Formats: sequence, structure tokens, C-alpha cells
Amino acid sequence: MYVAVKGGERAIENAHRLLANARRGSHNVPEVTLDQISEQLGLAVDRVMSEGSLYDRELAALAIKQARGDLIEAIFLVRAFRATLPRFGASEPVETGAMRVQRRVSSTFKDIPGGQILGPTFDYTHRLLDPSLAEGFVPEAPATAEASSAPTPRVTDILGRDGLIESSPQAEKGASVGDLTREPLNFPADRDLRLQNLARGDEGFLLAMGYSTQRGYGRNHPFAGEIRFGEVEVEFFAEDAGFAVPLGSIELTECQMVNQFKGSATEAPCFTRGYGLAFGQSERKTMSMALVDRALRARELGEEAAAPAQDEEFVMSHSDNVQATGFVEHLKLPHYVDFQSELGLLRKLRQEFTDANAAESMKEAAE
Amino acid sequence: MNAPAYNFAYLDEQTKRMIRRAILKAIAIPGYQVPFASREMPMPYGWGTGGVQVTAAILGPKDVLKVIDQGSDDTTNAISIRKFFAKTAGVATTTATEDATVIQTRHRIPETALHENQVLVYQVPIPEPLRFLEPRETETRRMHALAEYGLMHVKLYEDIARFGHIATAYAYPVKVNARYVMDPSPTPKFDNPKMDNCPALQLFGAGREKRIYAIPPYTTVVSLDFEDHPFEPYRFNAPCALCGAENSYLDEIVTDDKGGRMFVCSDTDYCEGRQAAGHRGSLSAAPYKEKAHGGSNG
Repeated sequence: MYVAVKGGERAIENAHRLLANARRGSHNVPEVTLDQISEQLGLAVDRVMSEGSLYDRELAALAIKQARGDLIEAIFLVRAFRATLPRFGASEPVETGAMRVQRRVSSTFKDIPGGQILGPTFDYTHRLLDPSLAEGFVPEAPATAEASSAPTPRVTDILGRDGLIESSPQAEKGASVGDLTREPLNFPADRDLRLQNLARGDEGFLLAMGYSTQRGYGRNHPFAGEIRFGEVEVEFFAEDAGFAVPLGSIELTECQMVNQFKGSATEAPCFTRGYGLAFGQSERKTMSMALVDRALRARELGEEAAAPAQDEEFVMSHSDNVQATGFVEHLKLPHYVDFQSELGLLRKLRQEFTDANAAESMKEAAE
Repeated sequence: MNAPAYNFAYLDEQTKRMIRRAILKAIAIPGYQVPFASREMPMPYGWGTGGVQVTAAILGPKDVLKVIDQGSDDTTNAISIRKFFAKTAGVATTTATEDATVIQTRHRIPETALHENQVLVYQVPIPEPLRFLEPRETETRRMHALAEYGLMHVKLYEDIARFGHIATAYAYPVKVNARYVMDPSPTPKFDNPKMDNCPALQLFGAGREKRIYAIPPYTTVVSLDFEDHPFEPYRFNAPCALCGAENSYLDEIVTDDKGGRMFVCSDTDYCEGRQAAGHRGSLSAAPYKEKAHGGSNG
């Protein structure tokens, strides 16, 4: 009987062996390959790269396979690996205005320079389960056309030319970028750290937080100024060479929300920005992020901040799913020492309660 | 693919240096919570990542490591962490309290008195003793800065007003070096007196909350109380059923569904040591042992 409450090395080893078998599933079914995950579950890979904050499709696919498709577990695997990597520095800011767009939509203007491009999207599909996809489906080849050479300037830049939207603050040349994975986070946090926190934050949490602002908890009247997805170049300033060298290209989704602002004594009314950016095609994530980013600017813009989404400490302390899942799931660990202490206290309190009641009824009986 | 290659004790040297700086600051200001850039470790937050990072930062090749969880060397998480360091640092491991140079613990302080050449590393879930009275970090940091601990005393007073005594059984707040109110981590309050004037260095790591704090050797640690309601450690009033110890903290083990209970030492090393020395309790059959710990396989 004493055995049952103590763990054992062999028990752990056996549990992990069983897990390896459960992961593999039936041997009558072919093993899933990393290529298959990367190619056919691409949006899962995008999410794991984004919230794992490591742009590596192959490692993300491996993490998804190892985690049996549990994306938060996969994000955790990627994060733990990322934590051990050396840092060489920060890249030059990516120029999303020069993105080779695969998709780009604006809900604020009917037509925009460079055009609206739907690209690969679930939007306007009917969500009917498609039995033909179950096996052996070969899609029709995609429609093609001559690539447009027209530039696709950001919609917010177009608005910015007339001063209708606040200007996007430009970082000083050579200014260092905050990194909450290298420096402990302190409150109040600057916007670079807030955005980093949101970019790593759980999609579901940000979705709920963003949604709450739409339902009146910190409403900020958003319009989707622009959502774009495509490839951008990443450059790194090499001290030795004295110029920026290209490192390669990555896929990004960027969302710029345009929000009302009534103005203040010193500032004319204008639109304000909420910003979202994520690896791969992650529209729900970037839209939610942009809503929450704008909500968190309440203090800076002199707005009343009473809603959860406007509360920096609340949002930033609870957005990270690796932290959250760890602490929630740690309740599985043994707590019998502190539980024993509580048990002792509870027994004492109950005894005192019983004694007091008994004394009371004795007194009543005597009367 | 980037094949992972890991440093001694897993963390890279830059990270260890950053953690050591935080530790030094923590030792210099006993009981003060030093923010540090906690890393993602290969075990989940809430499962000892703070303690693991502190241990990784202080561990040297000659150290002898002991890991306990709930006082026991053979609970699953203790085994997992001990194996992690046996694998990534190749250090010797032990279950004997007096042989260890570094002891990582969750929720207990060993019964065997610690000595000067030892470091006790606590795993801490919520480092802020004021957190459940004030959820905001900006506020609690200000309260610590001003030594404004009235809220905590009011809480303890309200317990007394309501129950006749302080109703905190574990994570019982202490004052360190007559300055900072500190959370001892969720150890039962039975263990609080062991922290006071302890010859060993006590380090506390909270990974998820990104805080390190410390009690240097021979530092005053006082459990908060009132003159007319002094601090009282709790212990179930029975001897250990296996070794007969009268002064150790006991686990309650449910033995059947008819109310059967047995009480045994939570500190397994202490209990086994006493049994080896011939002490017997009321139910002391030879305790089940899976295999010896320590040595190469951790």
C-alpha cells in the first residue's frame, strides 16, 4: 500500500515508452512524415513557429509530430529548443510594404493601389464537410496570371499622407530592441515588449481578449485597414562588412487595424493604429493581436482603462500558453505535504466548530 | 535541421552568468525578489523551472546533487529532475541529505540539519507573499520598497478574529533579516523554523514568475505572528509508522476505503536512515524499494 503513492523510475520509463507507442498509433497505418505535416498541415506549422517564436518549418513540423498534434505542447518543444540558441543580434526592420503579397485585403477602401488579392483563404468557403477530400483528392491546378509589377503600399501609409491616421513612430537608428526572453519584463512595459508578448501569446487567449473589446469591454471601434500575407526579405547588418546582408526570406502576416480616436486638447482627432504581426499565414492571430495592441494603448492615448483587454499586467501576465499550461497542469504534481498541512488545519477548524456548537447547545439545554 | 547540442548542465554560459548575477544580488539583499530573464526549460513552468535554472547556474562538476519533492527522493518529478542533471551535467547524485552539496527541493526542507557546505534550492510557484492580497506586481513591488506590510498583518489578524488562530498552513509568510516579507514557497509551516539561522545557503527560484531570492547562511528568518498569538508549527500528533520518529513531518496515507490511515515521514531519506539505524514504528515491515538511487543512473 505504501508503494502506490510513490513514483518510480521504472514507472516513468514505462510511461514514456507507452507514449512513444501511442504517438506512433497503429503500425498498419503509414507513419506521417515531416514533409506531410509541413505541406498539408501548414497552418499548424505557422502557429507553432509564431508562438514558439522560431522560424523553422522543419523543426515546427517535428515538434507537431512529437507532440502528437498538441500544438501548445509543440510550441513548448520549440521554445525550449529556442532558449538554448545563441543570439547574434537583431535583424534590420523588415519592410512589409515591399512584401511579395499572396493575399491582401482592406475593409476600409473598395480599391487600393496594387489591388485587393484574395489568395488562399477559407473566407467565402461554405463550411460543408467534403467527403471527396477523404482520400485521393487531386485539386484543380490553381488559376494563374502574369504577376503584377504594381507596388502595394500599405493602406495605413495612404491614410498617413493626409494626416488622417497617427504617424507610426520610427525607432531611432541603432536603437536596441527590447527582448522579454532576455530581460525580465517590468511594468509598465513599452510597446515593443508588449508587441513581442502578444506575438508569442496564445491565439485563443488573444482571440477572446480581442473579441471582448468588440463586445464593449474596452471598445475601440476597429476597421481592418489591411491584412497582408506574403514573403519578405530579412536582412542583418554585418559589422564586418559595413552593410546589411540578406539572410533569406520568411512568410509573414501583418494586420493594421484602424481605430477611432476623438483627439485631446493637444492632438487633433485622427485614426489610431493597432498592429499585429505573425509568422506564416496567421490571420486570426494577427487580427486579434492588433485589437489587443490598440486596447493596451489606452493609457498612452489618455483613454479610460477599465476593461481586461486594456489592463497591461492582466493581458501580458496571462497571454503565454507555455507558462499558463505549465502552471495549470502542475496541479497534477503531488501536493500531499501542503495538503496534509491544510488537512490538519481543516480538522482543527471543524473540531473547534463542533466544540463551539456543543457548548452552545449545552448552554441552551441548561437554560 | 539544427541538431541540438547542449552545454554542461543544459544552460549556456551567458544565461548562467545572468542567473548568477541575480543570485548574487539576491544574497546581498536577503528576501528581496530579484527579477531575472527566466528561460524556457525543457520541463513545464510550474514543475520546477526556477529551481532547475538556479541549480544549473550553481552546479559544478564536483557537486553532489539531491532532489526531493514532497520530502521524497522517489516521487516522479524529483526523479525526472535528478535524471535531467545526471544526464546534462554528469554530476554525482545522492539521496543522503548530509552527502549532498546541492539539494533541490519542492515543498519541504529536509529533517536532517543542513551544514555550511550545502545549498538548498527551492522551487517556487508564486514568489510574491502579497500576491493573493494584491494581484498587481506594480503595487506589490511598491509595498516591498516601502516595507508596507500592514495588509499582511491585517490578513493574519482577520484569521484570528474569525478562527481564533492564524489559518495559514503552508507558504506561511516570514520576515527575512528584519526587512523583507518573503514567501517560503509552499512548504508546510512545520518547516519554517528550519530556515532561521540556517548554516546552508538557501536559494529560491521562480521560473514562470521570473524571480530569484535568497536567504544567506545564518540569517534571521521570523514567521509572522502576534505576541498574544505566537507562531505554531503544525505536525500530526503521531509517531512515524515506519521509523517511529516523533518529530518529523508526516504524510498521511490512506490505506483502505474504510477510514484506514497510516502516518509516515514525508522525508524518505530521514525515515530510511532511521530504519537502517534500527528504529521501528508500529507498521515497519521492510519498506518497498524499487532500486537504489544515486550513482551513474541517478
